[in-house]
Amino acid sequence: MYRILRKENISDVTKMVIVEAPHIARSAKPGQFVIVISHEKGERVPLTIADFDREAGTITIIFQEIGKSTIEMGRLEVGDSFMTIAGPLGHATEIKNYGKVICVGGGVGIAPVFPIARALKEAGNEVISVIGARNKELLLWEDRMAEVSDQLIVTTDDGSAGRKCLVTEPIRELLEADPGGFARVWAIGPAIMMKFVSYTTKPFEVPTTVSLNTIMVDGTGMCGGCRVLMADGRAKFVCVDGPEFEGHDVDWDSLLSRMTYYHNEEQTAVQHLHGKDHKCRLDKAVEEGVR
Amino acid sequence: MSALTKKERMAIPRKPMPVQEPEARVLNFEEVATGYTPEMAQEEAERCLQCKDPKCSQQCPVQVDIPQFIAAVRDGDMAEAVSILKGKNNLPAICGRVCPQEVQCESGCILGIKGKPVAIGRLERFVGDYELSHKTLAMTRAASTGRKVAVVGSGPAGLACAVDLGRLGHDVTIFEALHLPGGVLAYGIPEFRLPKDVIGNEIKSAAEALDIKIRRDHVIGNTLTIDELLEEFDAVFLGTGAGLPVFLNIPGVNLNGVMSANELLTRVNLMKGYRFPAYDTPVKVGRNVAVIGAGNVAMDAVRCVRRLQAIRAGEDGDAGEVHVVYRRSADEVPARREEVHHAAEEGVIFDFLTNPVAILGDESGAVRALQCVRMELGEPDASGRRRPVAIEGSDFELEVDQVIFALGTNPNPLVFSNADDLKRNKRGTVEASDESGLTTKPGVWAGGDVVTGAATVISAMGAGKRAAADIHEYLCGLN
Ligand SMILES: Cc1cc2nc3c(=O)[nH]c(=O)nc-3n(C[C@H](O)[C@H](O)[C@H](O)COP(=O)(O)OP(=O)(O)OC[C@H]3O[C@@H](n4cnc5c(N)ncnc54)[C@H](O)[C@@H]3O)c2cc1C
Ligand SMILES: Cc1cc2nc3c(=O)[nH]c(=O)nc-3n(C[C@H](O)[C@H](O)[C@H](O)COP(=O)(O)OP(=O)(O)OC[C@H]3O[C@@H](n4cnc5c(N)ncnc54)[C@H](O)[C@@H]3O)c2cc1C
Ligand code: SF4
Ligand code: FES
Repeated sequence: MYRILRKENISDVTKMVIVEAPHIARSAKPGQFVIVISHEKGERVPLTIADFDREAGTITIIFQEIGKSTIEMGRLEVGDSFMTIAGPLGHATEIKNYGKVICVGGGVGIAPVFPIARALKEAGNEVISVIGARNKELLLWEDRMAEVSDQLIVTTDDGSAGRKCLVTEPIRELLEADPGGFARVWAIGPAIMMKFVSYTTKPFEVPTTVSLNTIMVDGTGMCGGCRVLMADGRAKFVCVDGPEFEGHDVDWDSLLSRMTYYHNEEQTAVQHLHGKDHKCRLDKAVEEGVR
Repeated sequence: MSALTKKERMAIPRKPMPVQEPEARVLNFEEVATGYTPEMAQEEAERCLQCKDPKCSQQCPVQVDIPQFIAAVRDGDMAEAVSILKGKNNLPAICGRVCPQEVQCESGCILGIKGKPVAIGRLERFVGDYELSHKTLAMTRAASTGRKVAVVGSGPAGLACAVDLGRLGHDVTIFEALHLPGGVLAYGIPEFRLPKDVIGNEIKSAAEALDIKIRRDHVIGNTLTIDELLEEFDAVFLGTGAGLPVFLNIPGVNLNGVMSANELLTRVNLMKGYRFPAYDTPVKVGRNVAVIGAGNVAMDAVRCVRRLQAIRAGEDGDAGEVHVVYRRSADEVPARREEVHHAAEEGVIFDFLTNPVAILGDESGAVRALQCVRMELGEPDASGRRRPVAIEGSDFELEVDQVIFALGTNPNPLVFSNADDLKRNKRGTVEASDESGLTTKPGVWAGGDVVTGAATVISAMGAGKRAAADIHEYLCGLN
């Protein structure tokens, strides 16, 4: 179970894998996520279901290698297996014909926004998409997004592809050019990006759906680790109440602060990973009699 | 050996449980109580008076025939003791470790009136462990009935239900949301009180003998709904527990360093965070920590914190402090007495009659202190306990950098998605018959914490067994 059937390196640090998980494929919907454990000592890593194929019994996940767990996941190849995949978790995106909408994807967030944009397009919406990344290498799925969008705007922080700006700039221009014309915005990407997209759309009073990626453990509502404050002071659990929320309701500063809590430990983990590699190579050298 | 007189039996002192010394045990996660040797078990069994009208059994939620199993231990016939015990209790090695015996079987023991009751729990643990290593009892399965039952949740309620139905020849599949079975036993109760091997072995041997299938990573309500289960199975039992943590509604709950006991315990136990970075899941423990609440959950959290602090500091270092903050007095503490005693020995500080009113943060958004107020006990309230009342002007700050809530839990609502016809009451618990576990939804039974709210391992097991009996009757009536 959970065998990797296909793997694609989308960029140096972004990998896509198609995995056998029939029990998840049969009930998965856009917007939901899974929890993946690579091996016996692994962490529970939440990842969005980027796509699924009910007939083949597979799901697609796309991840960015940022810490120990995702770096290790990236080392698995076709034929290897993940120890566990649980899901689908969280609520599905509410897809219907809203009218004219904007879909925003930042970095690896482009992948999860893609099935939403596609579903919105299929539901009859006019879809304008804005995708952005730090640089050209981190950009992905321009062609796929173009296929499901009536208009696609690309941005990079350094100007190596598309416009040299943050995603918020074209969003503001779109909203200014057609005030009241947009029914809703979806934004998925780094928390800081979602925060500023929400701040950008707020004055125009356009509902803005964001998909929060807080730190999680169980993903089933049991630990409370994923809780996020709403601006009115209520707490919500991202894994069961979300992962999608109205961006204007989120207390972004508390969210951003909570995401740094395990920072030191995460660095220790990466060091441990490299330390182990080092030792492996050393062991090998000793075995082979190399000095 | 000639039989002892009653007087001679009563003169034998209660055998103490061998334990790791506090200084040593705070530096590891190995079991605190190391268990009786066969000699100790037999000597303790000699104390039992073999009462004609034994109150101990009546006080046992699953009515184990206590004098009989103790007599078998006394006679050295461990296989017989196993068979008597397992006739009523599927998980003796677990119950012997975690049941609150002082308020159950041992509270009924005649010897307890004048002296100390027979150490029934320790004997139960001894017999359970004996069976795990000797495997004297082959669990047998009746001829297949061709009936299929889905059990949701693999905690004590689900396991007990599954085992009883499996024995009766039904085809049982357990669905568990997490990647390991056991429920609270696996994710909540720490290794030093209940080693994971004990749970793993008890579950594995039962599943193998009775051909019970365990589907991990299946979140019912999401992966499959209850209605979808009913299409494939003749009956469904819900033993999904009460895992949803409660946070106090006070200022500062979202600061960095505030967490639920469930989060800490899940990181430590289920994910083996105490072995980070060899295991990948980090767990963070403050220099000075406050755990709010004084139930079993609080004791487990506080003792995990104590160990992590001590290991970090090393043998001579300054480990820091960990406080239990509880608004009532020591007499009202709901945790098992033995665990409170062990915690105190390990250096846990108890702040009784103290109520937290706010968590204070620093400029970086991290916990800096817990603001508390002193309490005194007033008139008894609805629960029969004296109501704690704040003493005016007694506010003070407890300097801590981590606050852990252990205030109880509610049923997790996930399982109820798309099951509107399943009646629940205001607290989110499922309405089910006490005797049978039958819910308002045809074909669906429920038991354990999901019905009662947070309770005990043995009461959850009892509910699972009663439901199994009723489900069996129902399945036999199907045609
Ligand atoms: C519902 C949900 C869906 C997600 N979907 C995807 C997805 O489709 N693709 C993808 O690449 N990632 C996704 N994430 C984020 C992903 O879970 C984290 O990147 C992953 O857990 C990091 O693990 P690690 O051990 O490699 O890194 P760690 O060592 O844990 O973290 C390294 C650094 O990454 C940051 N970080 C840690 N956890 C998270 C987190 N949960 N989200 C964002 N940053 C984090 C921290 O700042 C940390 O310093 C999702 C998260 C959630 C909650
Ligand atoms: C830290 C702690 C310490 C405790 N100490 C003691 C003690 O010393 N003695 C004692 O007697 N009691 C103790 N208790 C209480 C005792 O553990 C519980 O009363 C008992 O475990 C309840 O059993 P249960 O089977 O009803 O539920 P649980 O043990 O909670 O098991 C429920 C299972 O269902 C799964 N589940 C939930 N939702 C779904 C879903 N939608 N789909 C699939 N699976 C699902 C969960 O993952 C879990 O595995 C303690 C509890 C805690 C939290
Ligand atoms: S009440 Fe005590 S002495 Fe009497 S049978 Fe039970 S355990 Fe033995
Ligand atoms: S991840 Fe544990 S409650 Fe959401």
